[in-house]
Amino acid sequence: MSAPLLEVTGLAKHYPVRKGLILAKQVGTVRAVDGVSFALARGETLALVGESGCGKSTTARLVLRLIEPSAGTIRFDGQDVTGLSGAAMRAMRRRMQIVFQDPYASLNPRLNVAETIAEPMLVHGIGDAASRRRRVEELLSLVGLRAFHAERFPHEFSGGQRQRIGIARALAVEPDLVVCDEPVSALDVSIQAQVVNLLKDLQRRLGLAYLFIAHDLAVVKHVADRIAVMYLGQIVETASKRDLFAAPRHPYTRALLAAIPHPDPQRRGRVKPLGGDVPSPMNPPPGCRFHTRCPFAQERCRQEAPELRTLADGHQAACHFAETLPPAGLDFSGGLSEAAAKRLALYAGARRRAA
Amino acid sequence: MTGTAEPLLRIEGLRTVFRTHGGEIAAVDGVDLSVPRGRTLGIVGESGCGKSVLSLSVMRLVAHPGRVAAGRVLLEGRDLLQLSAAEMRDVRGSQVAMIFQEPMTSLNPVHTVGFQITEAMRAHDPRASRAELRDRAIEALKRVRIPAPERRFEEYPHLLSGGMRQRVMIAMALACRPKLLIADEPTTALDVTVQAQILDLLRDLQQETGMSIILITHDLGVVAEMADEVAVMYAGRVVERAAAGAVFDDPMHPYTLGLLGSVPRLDEERETLLAIEGSVPPPFALPRGCRFHPRCPFAVEDCKAEPPPLRAIAPGHEAACLRAPVERLAA
Repeated sequence: MSAPLLEVTGLAKHYPVRKGLILAKQVGTVRAVDGVSFALARGETLALVGESGCGKSTTARLVLRLIEPSAGTIRFDGQDVTGLSGAAMRAMRRRMQIVFQDPYASLNPRLNVAETIAEPMLVHGIGDAASRRRRVEELLSLVGLRAFHAERFPHEFSGGQRQRIGIARALAVEPDLVVCDEPVSALDVSIQAQVVNLLKDLQRRLGLAYLFIAHDLAVVKHVADRIAVMYLGQIVETASKRDLFAAPRHPYTRALLAAIPHPDPQRRGRVKPLGGDVPSPMNPPPGCRFHTRCPFAQERCRQEAPELRTLADGHQAACHFAETLPPAGLDFSGGLSEAAAKRLALYAGARRRAA
Repeated sequence: MTGTAEPLLRIEGLRTVFRTHGGEIAAVDGVDLSVPRGRTLGIVGESGCGKSVLSLSVMRLVAHPGRVAAGRVLLEGRDLLQLSAAEMRDVRGSQVAMIFQEPMTSLNPVHTVGFQITEAMRAHDPRASRAELRDRAIEALKRVRIPAPERRFEEYPHLLSGGMRQRVMIAMALACRPKLLIADEPTTALDVTVQAQILDLLRDLQQETGMSIILITHDLGVVAEMADEVAVMYAGRVVERAAAGAVFDDPMHPYTLGLLGSVPRLDEERETLLAIEGSVPPPFALPRGCRFHPRCPFAVEDCKAEPPPLRAIAPGHEAACLRAPVERLAA
């Protein structure tokens, strides 16, 4: 493999917790992200998944240096960007853009669509008014909007259309990396599918690399090449999509996969809930952070934090007993019924003809 | 729907409208549904389909400028829409209870968990002593499997996790043993492992108490996991209605097909998701005829003329579509 586009090593973000107003004392530390390492190749999608509070969004913001890391290094296209400041960092940011979760809050209501999409070009001093105007039109058609939308304001659009505007804005400066922070979780199911399809299509056409932050494993299975599962600020397992779903090695990954309800009533009752809640990142449990909820926890897990170890080519997990766990017993076979599949095919066919 | 026994709840011709500057708009427009005893009716749809307004209409909690304009809501044969405000207050909690999507905002932050649970109990039983209410509240917390219920009773909501708060909400809702629980997106704000816990709990509690549940959700996975009967709603109307197995294995309405095709599945590899073109029309600009026709790939001229009524396409399986089942068209 050639040099990765993005390489993150030992990334951490610790927030001090203070108490008192005038003589504020630090009473603790929230370890939002605590030693995260991963690499992302050009044109690849790496998904960071986990439940709320696991640090996936903080990691995304650290990568773009929208917040400053407490430790660790970020290398982008071979260059260390951790210490870059001012103009140099701004120049670097042209190549890394972000799409946010909330399509309502992430667009300026006072800017029309053309101004919104052109703003990054203006910031980076790209082109003149006429060429930016042309580029906005190109981008609108690229994300499936119409030229007349350019003059409209965000409130005139639905959630899915706003997310398209957000994507067009991110693509305006021709980035190599787009960080997608839960880009579809605020959208309705049918709109979610439109945006997921759009993101995949854009990746194929433009060779984009995505750092895709999500909590929905079914969506992740659809878009990602590789997946990193996070728990309490750390990566507990990383593997190719195929390996992760076929043979998850970390008990937390298994629990996540087992908790997803399938759209198939015949599989009812196979969901196995994991007990307990995520502990506070202010006092993560000693040893393995998952041991308080892990059905396989043993004495060693309470004492010693497991390293992220390579178990097979490209498959790493942070579990002392990854090799000796019983089979995961997850069954993802099934799929649509014959009648449903046939009608869905007719639906797709009818739509192709209509288009 | 299936079953010959009298259902616990029957909704007939329900129409809920909101007054706006542009005239009245109907958020729920002629809905017929029934909920069998001890069973779960899943109502599926996307935002704006009217599923939440429907449940608020059953509870008679639709706020101004909205009002229920027509229809009947029969709970064991008694029309809730005809009750006086005082009678309806009695029904809420003791007969029909509701839990909401946001466990974070549904609890009052300035009162303890215990106070909030006993508040509802006191309303229905003003003569009960403090100690008695406390015992019953702790019992209610135990029923929803909250660890250390005595301690939780004294605590404030901010100390609880999202999953625990939803358990408290369920404990409050079930405190007076209602016959019907309306759960409006009860797990949407929760993480997937916590969602699995809450769904498990709801199923156990239904077994224990024999209550009926109306489960409102946009998540087809949750419906498949929980519902016995399913109603799919689109733009204020029910477009398909059947037993849960039939809706998933033999989907009839093109909208249901579109929804099923939009969900990425773990048990299937698909390069592109089917998705549905366009978006849900706002209630002030509803298309004529079938409300799905502008997004429907099977639509013909007839679909634009009259709204299609729900009709039985297979036994116990109804869809509001002129073109269903769609394979007939291919021939």
